[in-house]
Amino acid sequence: MLKRVHFGTSWLPFALVAPQIIITLVFFMWPAAQAMFQSLLVQDAFGLKTEFVWFDNFKELLNDEIYLQSFYRTAFFSTLVAFFSLSIALVLAALADRVIKGATFYRTMLIWPYAVAPVLAGALWVFMFNPSLGIITYTLDLLGYDWNHKLNGGQAMSLVVMAATWKQISYNFLFFFAAMQSIPKPLIEAAAIDGAGPARRFWTIIFPLITPTTFFLLVVNIVYAFFDTFGIIHAVTEGGPANATTTLVYKVYNDGFIGLDLGGSAAQSVVLMVIVIFITVIQFRYIEKKVDY
Amino acid sequence: MIEKRPITTFISHAVIIIGIIIIAFPVWITFVAATHDAIRMTQSPIPIWPGDQFFINLKATLWDGISESDTRPVAFMLLNSFIMAMIIALGKISVSLLSAFAIVYFRFPFRMGFFWMIFLTLMLPVEVRILPTYEVVAKLGMLNSYAGLTLPLIASATATFMFRQVFLTVPDELLEASRIDGAGPMRFFFDILIPVSRTNIAALFVILFIYGWNQYLWPLLITNDQSMVTVVMGIKEMLESAEQAPVWNKIMMTTLLAMIPPIIVVVFMQKMFVKGLTETEK
Repeated sequence: MLKRVHFGTSWLPFALVAPQIIITLVFFMWPAAQAMFQSLLVQDAFGLKTEFVWFDNFKELLNDEIYLQSFYRTAFFSTLVAFFSLSIALVLAALADRVIKGATFYRTMLIWPYAVAPVLAGALWVFMFNPSLGIITYTLDLLGYDWNHKLNGGQAMSLVVMAATWKQISYNFLFFFAAMQSIPKPLIEAAAIDGAGPARRFWTIIFPLITPTTFFLLVVNIVYAFFDTFGIIHAVTEGGPANATTTLVYKVYNDGFIGLDLGGSAAQSVVLMVIVIFITVIQFRYIEKKVDY
Repeated sequence: MIEKRPITTFISHAVIIIGIIIIAFPVWITFVAATHDAIRMTQSPIPIWPGDQFFINLKATLWDGISESDTRPVAFMLLNSFIMAMIIALGKISVSLLSAFAIVYFRFPFRMGFFWMIFLTLMLPVEVRILPTYEVVAKLGMLNSYAGLTLPLIASATATFMFRQVFLTVPDELLEASRIDGAGPMRFFFDILIPVSRTNIAALFVILFIYGWNQYLWPLLITNDQSMVTVVMGIKEMLESAEQAPVWNKIMMTTLLAMIPPIIVVVFMQKMFVKGLTETEK
């Protein structure tokens, strides 16, 4: 951790860490403490009086049908996004790993969506599925299927899942591809000599060897679906119709900034912090040993 | 290639190419929309082949805004995005370099305490503490300023960890040698440490520039002044106004313009990008 050869005590190291520490204290610790404190308060409708209510906000939250539903919805949404983006990326990476000609070109063509902001990914997809103009809506209409994600909750959910998956495939592809390329070729060749075909080699050699990457990506994808998809949902559905796409993060934003329910929003923030801490602990406990790139 | 299986190879190529086409399709439709005039883009079915209005739309969008009622030039939004992305990327890098240097190279009280405090920020993403952070920024009078826009995003645990790893691999002899030559800590930092970690700095810069450019929730909360609007935020307002004024050609042109800078960075600095992505996750 500390270098064997190092500098002695002086004011200098304090000055060096000061910028980071001041920003952390002012913009991380203070707001987090504030959230915890506010989550124990209730403000009246006019914002004149605040009352200390201990854990009433949390009790209310856990008895709130709408909150619990958004909890399950977020879990459902994350599972779908993680499942689809991981499996599509795995297939593409396995195929790109097989071919020799064009592998680098394919990689370039597959990783660029990483750079697209979530809200822009939302804009791209909402334009294709626009109920009156969208090219896909038009095609579906020709096939006799009526698409309107502004009215149909299930369709709204599929649309945000598609946009979120589309954006995440590139990230997963990059890590799968790197992990597969780092598998020593003699292993695969030996299996081939023993008569194992490509599919067999994939499931008995490649897939087990990239398990650490898969697990790491699973955690990253869940974090992504929980926290980084706000822009997609905000652009595509604004949480609607009838809360059909309101995830936990969207609800914190909506209750805090649109509904101005300070205590409730703060309590939700605290719940989210607990979730992040839980995920971070899992990440550090189980993903210590990762593949070398 | 391990064995000759022409059919499997052919299928592999075909599936990847189909995958690429499907992934690129939304952007193709966006590009096509940006090459037609506004009236054509209100008639269903919308075109799937490009028209001839690309440069007319480009010029109008960049300098005159997207419609009569929305005359904010998109060039200005792009400039704002660029400034924000640069401040965030350079700020995060400088702040993290300095604190990693202190933690690795100095023995001082509370060293580990500071380290763990930086570590804790990993667990407090903006998304989970939006309202209280907004209140703090409002109290400090930093709403609608570049400071309020960027400062809360500048602390970075991942960047600090990455630089810590890099510094730990720097041979001790380098410090011993520069000490013998009479160099003080800051001289060592600027003349030795920064040059030896320059590829890591470049790789991180690529990732952080994209991160900064794509910020959405935070700018959305703390800016309501039109002079602070970034292009990524601008899109959302345009999508909302599309019900009244369906200028889809220019809305999609703006979408295209907002996507292109970070995509160029990823494609042309691919090596740095891949390095940055895999290293910050370690």
